[in-house]
Amino acid sequence: MTPEAANRPGQRAARGGLWGWINQRLPVDLFWRSQLSEYFAPKNFNIWYYFGSLALLVLVLQLLTGIFLTMFYKVGATTSFDSVEFIMREVPYGWLIRYLHSTGASAFFIVVYLHMYRSLLYGSYKAPRELLWLFGMIIYLALMAEAFLGYVLPWGNMSFWAATVIINLFGTIPGIGPGLVEWIRGDYGIADATLNRFFSLHVVAVPLVLLLLVTLHLVALHEVGSNNPDGVEIKDKKDARGRPLDGIAFHPYYTVKDIVGVCVFLTLLAIVVFFVPTFGDLFLEKANFEPANPLSTPDPISPSWYFTPYYAILRAVPNQRIGALLMLIAVVSFFFLPWLDRSPVKSMRYRGWISRSFLGLFTISFLGLMYLGMQPAQEPYVTMARIFAVPYFAYFWLMPFYSRIDAVKPVPERVTFHG
Amino acid sequence: MTEVGAIAGQPQPEIDESRRKFLTVATSATAGVGVVLAAAPFVASWAPSERARALGAPVEVDIAKLAVGQMITPTWRLKPIYIVRRDPAMVDKLAQHDGQLKDAKSEDSTQPDYARNEMRARRADVLVLIGICTHLGCLPKQFFDAGDPVLGADWPGGFRCPCHGSRFDLAGRVFNGSPAPTNLVVPPYAFRGQDTLVIGVDNATKQGAA
Repeated sequence: MTPEAANRPGQRAARGGLWGWINQRLPVDLFWRSQLSEYFAPKNFNIWYYFGSLALLVLVLQLLTGIFLTMFYKVGATTSFDSVEFIMREVPYGWLIRYLHSTGASAFFIVVYLHMYRSLLYGSYKAPRELLWLFGMIIYLALMAEAFLGYVLPWGNMSFWAATVIINLFGTIPGIGPGLVEWIRGDYGIADATLNRFFSLHVVAVPLVLLLLVTLHLVALHEVGSNNPDGVEIKDKKDARGRPLDGIAFHPYYTVKDIVGVCVFLTLLAIVVFFVPTFGDLFLEKANFEPANPLSTPDPISPSWYFTPYYAILRAVPNQRIGALLMLIAVVSFFFLPWLDRSPVKSMRYRGWISRSFLGLFTISFLGLMYLGMQPAQEPYVTMARIFAVPYFAYFWLMPFYSRIDAVKPVPERVTFHG
Repeated sequence: MTEVGAIAGQPQPEIDESRRKFLTVATSATAGVGVVLAAAPFVASWAPSERARALGAPVEVDIAKLAVGQMITPTWRLKPIYIVRRDPAMVDKLAQHDGQLKDAKSEDSTQPDYARNEMRARRADVLVLIGICTHLGCLPKQFFDAGDPVLGADWPGGFRCPCHGSRFDLAGRVFNGSPAPTNLVVPPYAFRGQDTLVIGVDNATKQGAA
């Protein structure tokens, strides 16, 4: 053992042998201790804290099933649709791999939406976790891009028309719009060129970006430490050894807890994959079991369920350009939360009725818009979408005012347990 | 604290901070220019390929056999082109419902200058449109009969989009109450003689020479 290694803070005497040889060259033990066995997380995590590790699990699931799908899928306007049917009918267990991937996409958004909602409940985006939140939000954007790109690949008729509508949104940008649309498509309409570049982005570029972002998200998390349902900073109260009094080691306490969450999650996933893979037209749509046809639009046309809140806002505005802009603002508003929230406390547990009401209204409006975005673009749904959009935006952009005047309860010194 | 490069026992060389700063900025800026220039071919690779451009060349359509009230749908640049033969009765009706239209004069809509008129066409008897709804890109269906049972007694004849119900008249002009913001787009086109239509050019003779 080198003297340098012995002097590293928190370093126990390294073992000899092969393990010691490795550790003198690669800090495996140090990493394990600093990130897992001696990384302290608040001891009062509740059910909301399952979704971070579950998101990581779904990412791995998508990478694994995606790698295998790529082995059988043939990209190209004349081959894509047939190769997906080939996977479904003729590749041994191809149906399972594909259903895991398609269900996994929806599961990813369910898990990520719950993971984000946890932050709204407990103020996890507030200082010192702003950057952690921003990385998370960029992951959310990358995930939306990844989901859209993947949706186009089976080259069903819904793939084709979803690509048409979404890419045409870029055409609403003043000045450069039409040229930009042609550049994205690589042809005068959605064509083979579009499909090929979307395949490249879906299987190489965006996954690489996602992995990098998830790494940054985790590094930032382990730097500042997790928030908790009380919004108390556990690093403020430490014992003689410098360990947080309200912290417990991530391993084994939370690794074991997360395994329970994984079991429940995989059970639910398996039920969907084996019994309801289309999930009533929500996870896989009937119109997409028909090859892409540039001369026939599916009727009605609606995006995947995870995009419908934003789609409802887009359609609620009579002016197309303003609609596209409002939809963009609806997504981007999340980025500003750390600076919009002026409350002195983090958690909803210690906030007053005003903040709680706004969050409640936001929840209803998000789910309401999600439902309305799946309905045909006609009355009364359009007017309802306009009504629901108001509390959605109010939650964000009135927050600097209501979060400041809202009465707060005293926050305890240490974390608490409820139930 | 010893400077980088200093050797013990020897006089330390004078460090020119401004020179060091200039070199750092100049090197970074040069590298930045290099990155931008190197990115250009990658960005350019996404533009329509030579093959796509060739396939996007103008299309010739023979309309000699197109009868009154009939529509043919050739494609140009992957888009369906609606070509309709209109009779004088259809054309006369166009002037009678300006009040019900969002953009009767086609001021906010897209069409070549020679189609920015009441007919939205070079010739009153031939209507040429890109058959893509200006709302979200679906394909409007033909409802040419006036007073169509589905669209009501005052329906003058035109198109209706199956997706979100946008309605257009027989010049592709959008009716009030439709989600589509503007009239159907008129592509560039020209006639060569009486019966040949060339889609994709503003001047048929020039293209013929090329």
